[in-house]
Formats: sequence, structure tokens, C-alpha cells
Amino acid sequence: MARFLLRRLVVALLVAATVMTVSFLLTRLSGDLAISIAGPNATQEDVDLIRRAYGLDRPLWVQYLDWMGRALTGDFGESYFFKDRVSNLIAERLPVTVSLGLVGLGIALAVGPPLGIVAAVRENTWVDRAVMLVALIGQAMPSFWLGLILMIVLGLNLGWLPISGTGSWEHYVMPGIVLSFSAIPSLMRLTRSGMIDALASDYIRTARAKGLSRLSILVKHGFRNAAIPVVSIAAVQLGFMLGGSIVIETVFALHGVGFLAWESISKNDFPVVQAVVLVLALIYVGLTLLADLLNAVLDPRLRTA
Amino acid sequence: MSEAVLPGVTVPERRRGRLLRDSGLVLGGLIVGFVTLVAVLGPWLAPYDPFAIDLTRRLVPPAWMEGGTPENLLGTDQLGRDYLSRLIYGARISMVIGVLTVVTSGLIGTTMGVLGGYFGGRVDDVVVFAITARLSIPVVLVALAVVGLMGSSFTLVILVLGLLLWDRFAVVARSTTMQIRNLDYVAAAWCAGCSRASILLREILPNIASHLAVVATLEMALAILLEAALSFLGLGVPAPLPSWGLMIAEAKEYMFFSPWVIMIPGIALFVLVLGINLLGDALRDMLGTDLSR
Repeated sequence: MARFLLRRLVVALLVAATVMTVSFLLTRLSGDLAISIAGPNATQEDVDLIRRAYGLDRPLWVQYLDWMGRALTGDFGESYFFKDRVSNLIAERLPVTVSLGLVGLGIALAVGPPLGIVAAVRENTWVDRAVMLVALIGQAMPSFWLGLILMIVLGLNLGWLPISGTGSWEHYVMPGIVLSFSAIPSLMRLTRSGMIDALASDYIRTARAKGLSRLSILVKHGFRNAAIPVVSIAAVQLGFMLGGSIVIETVFALHGVGFLAWESISKNDFPVVQAVVLVLALIYVGLTLLADLLNAVLDPRLRTA
Repeated sequence: MSEAVLPGVTVPERRRGRLLRDSGLVLGGLIVGFVTLVAVLGPWLAPYDPFAIDLTRRLVPPAWMEGGTPENLLGTDQLGRDYLSRLIYGARISMVIGVLTVVTSGLIGTTMGVLGGYFGGRVDDVVVFAITARLSIPVVLVALAVVGLMGSSFTLVILVLGLLLWDRFAVVARSTTMQIRNLDYVAAAWCAGCSRASILLREILPNIASHLAVVATLEMALAILLEAALSFLGLGVPAPLPSWGLMIAEAKEYMFFSPWVIMIPGIALFVLVLGINLLGDALRDMLGTDLSR
């Protein structure tokens, strides 16, 4: 168990270091930053001035080590546009994105696995087919388009929810629904196939033979076994959702880190962009690590691996 | 075996399953075939120039709605451009980006996966690590950042998506290569004195190709959706090109008064992605393998 944990931890740290390097190189290799910051009307003197002011005239590896050293202590530098520390900006906005992710995951978990169980129990009937159709539709739905439709229907026509903005909990409902669509199909399919396998197994037959109630068989014996991969996928999905929230936050003008990243990208505010990429990637790495731990706790067979 | 024991139960069930799969295959094939045809024949099919602006005929509704005219079957956009013509040219953009992204990412992912799966050991460690690192990078954010810094262009979108979406190709190529690497025909080729390169290209690759085809459909659908999302945010295909995502973005201001402006390109996008996914699912069922995550 200890060796397994240690191995996973080392890999996670290496991945984190790689992502740090990538997010640094990303902004440096995409062209001359000083020119981008100075804007289209700048003279050569302006560009040179900016280059010196932001330390962009130093060799790349010096800039890299400098940025790495600071980032390790949580110092991502200063935003060019917001005139604030990047770490403050992210700390301010992260709760919004995490709340959105949790709302999305909550909706996905409330819809996906139950539908998957129903489909597995009624395998090869019209119920199963209807559920699989829902999965296909969910997969093909462009998230930003679904967002706009919800705005028209729930926001304008029915007037149930605010159309966009940040503030009350109501502002999280529509973006949460849209975000959940990206996770529902995979949670549903995974639960369904896991349940089909579980229901065909010997221990279910034994449980039936013992005369246990149908519900108890389904939940205690079936789903508990089918749930192992679902739990870890749910953690990974949360990571994907946080990464993908940029589109949804922009559509709904929900001021989380995704929206912050979008604002910064359009203003060439690269210290912020770099930091957001890094923070979201680190959260993902942390969540996959958590998923592995959960797996090891839920399934003792994996601990020796 | 089971058929012999319970013929009455298993056979109809299997037939019903096949019927379902076939209907998915037919529907998916029809959708993808139709959109491909439209994309290829675009210039001959489009009734008008998709870039021709006519400010006297702005936001004309589709022909079947009140105020619509048969001249513009799907109406016109906020600049008076014919919506049907733009939709047809948009199909070209989606299909070209989908196909080229899959080719790029497929080449990268397959190479990595096959090498890792065949050689194992250190090589495999590096491949697995690259996959893990790639998965932790938020795709949409990185794609947006690169396009934002370098300026939006058609080629850049393909390049960025192609360089980001290789992970599933690598995962599947790696695991399928591992399954067949020790099979007899691979060993026979080795004994016959074939070089490693020829084993990889002639024995391994043809035998994992069908699995990669399934991945290709999934990734193509994903690439098309991502392109639309990037263009929607203004950091994908540049205007005035009629990308479906860009059409939705440009029409967004008018959607509360005339919802059809976002419905038409949105439905086109949804149907195309649905068709590709149906085709991929049918292909996967035919292979009898479950690659879903």
C-alpha cells in the first residue's frame, strides 16, 4: 500500500513539473510577448521598454528558473491588466469555478448512475435503448449552444432563472446543468456496463438464492461493485469539468477562473493565463491522485498492485 | 454454447441488438455521408455567395416562418448573407478540421502507443508518462491561449487540436499492441527475419487499425465540437469564414428575438456530431470490444 502511494505521488509530482514547464513554454513559444503586450500601434522603443520592464530581455532559461522559483512559493507575478497579484485574482475567482464544478458533478451523479442502473436492469428493452439515446444526445450536444438554448427557454421564456452573471446560487443552476452534460454520458455508460457485469455474476445469484429483496441485491451487491470505477471516473470528470468550464463561464458571464482566463487571453495578460493553466492542471493531477486513492480504499485488490 | 442451451432466449435478443446496431450504422452513415457530400459539393450546391453582404435584407427568417421568402430558404444573417449558403460552407470547415485534426493526432498517438506497447520497459514508461501529462493539461484553455497569442487562423486551429487530441489514440494503440505483440504471427514474422520496422508496420498496425478507426470517429466528433467552441469564443476560425460556431457567436445578440439564428447552425453541429458518434458506436459494437471509458 505504502509503495503504491509513493509511486503515484512521484508520478504526480513529475506530471506537475512537466505541466509547469509546458505552461511556461506555451506563452513564450507563441510569439514575441513584448510585441503582443505593446499592441499594434506601438513603436520599436515601446516594445524595447516593455521587454526590459517585464524582464523579457533575459535569456529564456533565466526567465524559466525565475518563474519556476516564484511559482513554487505561490507567487505568479503581477497581472498586466488587472493591476493586482495573479495569486489574489485566482484566489478570488477559484471558489466560483469550484462551486460550478461541484454543482455540475452533483447533477451528473444524480442523473448518470441511476439511469445507468435502470438501463442495466432492463437491458435490451426500450428503457435501455432510451437511456442510451440520452447518452448519445448528451455527447453530441455542443455545450455553448445548450447554454444559449437554456438562456432562451429557462431565462427569457419561462423567467425561472437569471440569464447570466455571478451572485446568487441561482446563477449556478443553468451553467451547472450544461456542465453536467459533459459527464452524464460517460457516468451512465460506465454504470450500465458495470451493473450488467455485476448482475451476471455468481454472488448476485447467491444473493437471489438467499431470498434477499430485489432492491437490496441491486444496491448492496450490484451497485457497490459497479461503483468502484464510477467513483474514480467521477473524480477525474470533475477535473475535466473544471478545465472545460472556461466555455461555460464565458457564455454565462460567470466570473470564475475560466472567465478570468478568457479575459486575460483576449488582453494578452500572459502571467494570468500561465497561472490559470497551471492551477487547473494541478487540480486535475490532485483529483486523479484522489481517484487512485479512492480506488485503493474501495477495492482492496488494488492495494497490492 | 449458450445458443444450444437456450435458443429461444438468446437468438431474438441478439437479433434485436443487431437491428439496433444496424439502425445506428445506417443513420450515422447517412448523416456523415450527406454532410461529406455537402462539404465536397459546397460551391455547386450553395445558392448564393456565402460572403455577399446585403444590408437591405438583414435577418430575414427562414422560408417556412412568417416573413420568410423562398429566395433564402434558411433566411439571412445580421449582415444579410444567405444562411443556407453559409451553412453549406460551414460543413466544409467542420469536416476539413475534423479530418485533418484526426490525421495529425492519429499519427502522433498511434506512433507513441505502438512504440510503447511493442517495446515496453523504459519506452513504455515514457509513453505512459506523456499520456498522463497530456491528460492533465486543460485542452480548451491551452488551445484558446495559443490561438489568442498567435492570432486566429484555420491552420493554427487544426495544428493545436491535432497536437492536443492524441491521448486516446495513444492509449488504445498501446493496449491493443500489447495484446497482440506476443501472438504467434508476430513471433513468426520475427523468426522469418523481418525487421522491427516491418513487424510494426505490416503485422501490428493492420491488426490494430480497426480499433484506431473507432477512436478516430470519437476524436473527429470531439475536434468538430472543440473547433465550434473555439470559434464561438472568437479564438478559432477567423471571420468572415462561416464556421458553425462562429455563426452562433455572431447571431447570439439576436437570439432572444429570433431564436432560429442560433438554432440552425446549432442543429447542424449537433446532427453531424451525433452522426459521427452513431457510426463510431456501431463500429465498436461490430468489433465486439468496449473502449468506452
